[in-house]
Amino acid sequence: MSAAATNGNTLKVRYFDIDENPPKNYLNAESGLKSWLFTVDHKRIGLMYLASIALFFFVGGVLALVLRTELFTPAENLMNAETYNRIFTLHGAIMVFLFIIPSIPAALGNFLLPIMLGAKDVAFPRLNLASFWIYSIGALFTLASLAVNPIDTGWTFYTPYSVQTGSAVILMTFGVFIMGFSSILTGMNFIVTVHKMRAPGMTWGRLPLFIWAMYATSVIQVLATPVLAITLALLIMERTLGIGIFDPALGGDPVLYQHFFWFYSHPAVYIMIVPAFGVISELIGTFSRKTVFGYWAIAMSSLAIAFIGSLVWGHHMFVSGQSELSTVVFSFLTFFVGIPTGIKIFNWLATMHKGSIDMKTPMLYACIFLFLFTIGGVTGIMLGAISVNVQLHDTYYVVAHFHYVMMGGTVMAFLGGLHFWWPKMTGKMYSEFWGRISAVIIFIGFNLTFLPQFIMGSQGMPRRYYSYIEQFQTMHQLSTIGSYVLGIGFVIIAVYLAHSLWKGEKATSNPWGARTLDWMTSSPPLQHNFNYQPVVTNGAYDYHKPISDFTLGISDDVYHGNDHEGDIRKQSAETV
Amino acid sequence: MAQAQSLENAHVQHHFRSSDQQFSSSKLGMWLFLFTEVMFFGGLFVAYIIYRAWNPELFTMAATELSTVLGGINTVVLIGSSLTCALAIRAAQTNNQKMIVNYLLVTIVLATVFLVIKYFEYTAKFEVGILPGGMYTFEGIDHPKASVFFSIYYMMTGLHGIHVIIGIGLMIWLVVKARAGAYSSAYYTPVEITGLYWHLVDIIWIFLFPLMYLID
Repeated sequence: MSAAATNGNTLKVRYFDIDENPPKNYLNAESGLKSWLFTVDHKRIGLMYLASIALFFFVGGVLALVLRTELFTPAENLMNAETYNRIFTLHGAIMVFLFIIPSIPAALGNFLLPIMLGAKDVAFPRLNLASFWIYSIGALFTLASLAVNPIDTGWTFYTPYSVQTGSAVILMTFGVFIMGFSSILTGMNFIVTVHKMRAPGMTWGRLPLFIWAMYATSVIQVLATPVLAITLALLIMERTLGIGIFDPALGGDPVLYQHFFWFYSHPAVYIMIVPAFGVISELIGTFSRKTVFGYWAIAMSSLAIAFIGSLVWGHHMFVSGQSELSTVVFSFLTFFVGIPTGIKIFNWLATMHKGSIDMKTPMLYACIFLFLFTIGGVTGIMLGAISVNVQLHDTYYVVAHFHYVMMGGTVMAFLGGLHFWWPKMTGKMYSEFWGRISAVIIFIGFNLTFLPQFIMGSQGMPRRYYSYIEQFQTMHQLSTIGSYVLGIGFVIIAVYLAHSLWKGEKATSNPWGARTLDWMTSSPPLQHNFNYQPVVTNGAYDYHKPISDFTLGISDDVYHGNDHEGDIRKQSAETV
Repeated sequence: MAQAQSLENAHVQHHFRSSDQQFSSSKLGMWLFLFTEVMFFGGLFVAYIIYRAWNPELFTMAATELSTVLGGINTVVLIGSSLTCALAIRAAQTNNQKMIVNYLLVTIVLATVFLVIKYFEYTAKFEVGILPGGMYTFEGIDHPKASVFFSIYYMMTGLHGIHVIIGIGLMIWLVVKARAGAYSSAYYTPVEITGLYWHLVDIIWIFLFPLMYLID
């Protein structure tokens, strides 16, 4: 009987055994298409997001392979320059707005955040469903632009070209404008949920680090996304009414557009990567069997990144005609944001130090993440240096840098998280053998694709060209072959994950022996996550305590609608 | 006993533990939303500041075209509507069902008066050729970027006007619910958070009015 001495109420609580095979879980409690499309269950909404982003990742990935195939030789293999412009714009816009921004927060975050807090749902379940629908409507607009006249401006929609081009800029930007609100609503929902919906005893110091990361991400979403919305609204007005705010021909200022755009889009980079940090913290803690080293350092560095990351947008405009003073300040702040990021990396390494490391597929991805993200991060610091930036601006070096961060960082963490929580989400185990094989293939393919791009970039290969001078051909061909290897890796993942749904072994409630609340309910979870109100008396990474200490619950009237009938092992009084 | 409790807490959604938790969650959610609104309008205010810093003489010239009297009346109208909106919340807290409806109706009327005045202001501008962006044909202001000032004016006041219309819609919905007796001192969350929204709409106008109309 532990009596955690904190200020709070003493509650009469009971130890429950986890019901491993409940007759009803969130997947089979209701059936039919309507029960999915109009569900307010955060877990089902998370799965619908997961399916959507998987689809868009596939589309964006195929576009990337098409681009790489065109670049196999300097000649016009598949398409002309104009088509190439449209394809790389679509690849960028789909990957950024439709895949990577909602990837971890909307898919994994929706599924996990309430369970990890010991809540039945997010604070505003209907708003959560609305945000999914808003995302879908935004995606339809984006796809409509594809059908009408695919846009060729690059995913940044820079003025004045985006005002002059004949392609469907309005449809595309309006789609992104709409999806922005989906992002804002998800962020608001998560912030309120973290503040108000925590289970008794779930203090701020016991929050899983994934929650801290999601919280920091949500803060950025709420802070920065409205600015993108107004920027795109002004851009649409510029095209329809010629309001002259961004268009130099009418007395406007195109650099102002860049400021507005990057005021959102640089913090958006952290919307993409900070959730990945959260996933990695969970993976490394679980598979090292050790309390995460520097809990508060990792938690606070997420917030520090959110704060400093909001003040570095000018480093995208070192050659755009920004004043020298602001260039120097932005360069300094860019270096500064490396500090909290470095703090995280070192704390993860310290967690692994002398841990009992279990190299399961998720942990393999976590290690790949550490390796690739560090390369991506350090090259980012180099690009933040003014003189280096002027030399490397708009070259393949930049392309390689952000693919190492976004794909080597976020996508690898996402894959790690997907494998980690796959048993929880689906109730089925994936094939560990094929999981490891594909992780290795992806690692090799990724480096083969993007390392040559660093070299090409440093030698002056500019980005966004459909052709090149012959000296770059070997590098381009290596890169193209690498992208095919990468593609094969993803196909393998798709095959064995799909296979596991039909033939996979049944997952237990806690196959990895983790300590967070998401593993204290059945796999797949019950419709309302828990049959009782969980009580938390331990930290999220208390691996030094036996697992039997981790299933406390209140069975009183505190939680109306309580219908738990499982076995109660013992009762105690806990101060929470 | 369990049934009595569930009647008293009929408004509590199943995933909340208590009425207090639901109320404070809704309120925090609304404050966050207002914060996003500030950032949303913030982009326009930044555009305003930059163009005014570049063309200070344009702004003083163009502002004389706006009617300070109409803008002033609208300011008073909107501040008045914020008062009646706050009184509606007070009525809910004191269980005065009838006055919730009455105060909300007064707020709706004042908001409509604001829009009507705004309509006359806009049409007067349109008649002399002060239209947004490329359609601008007015020749009374001797400045090459005169149209940019009015683009910003129309964007800011237009976006604010859309917010007023949404506010009216929300309050009509509140009136319908309040007539059915949905709100009392035990539960008035929608009245409270709509009130928060309405005060923000008011505050944005309080910034817009001096920035647009009162430049000297």
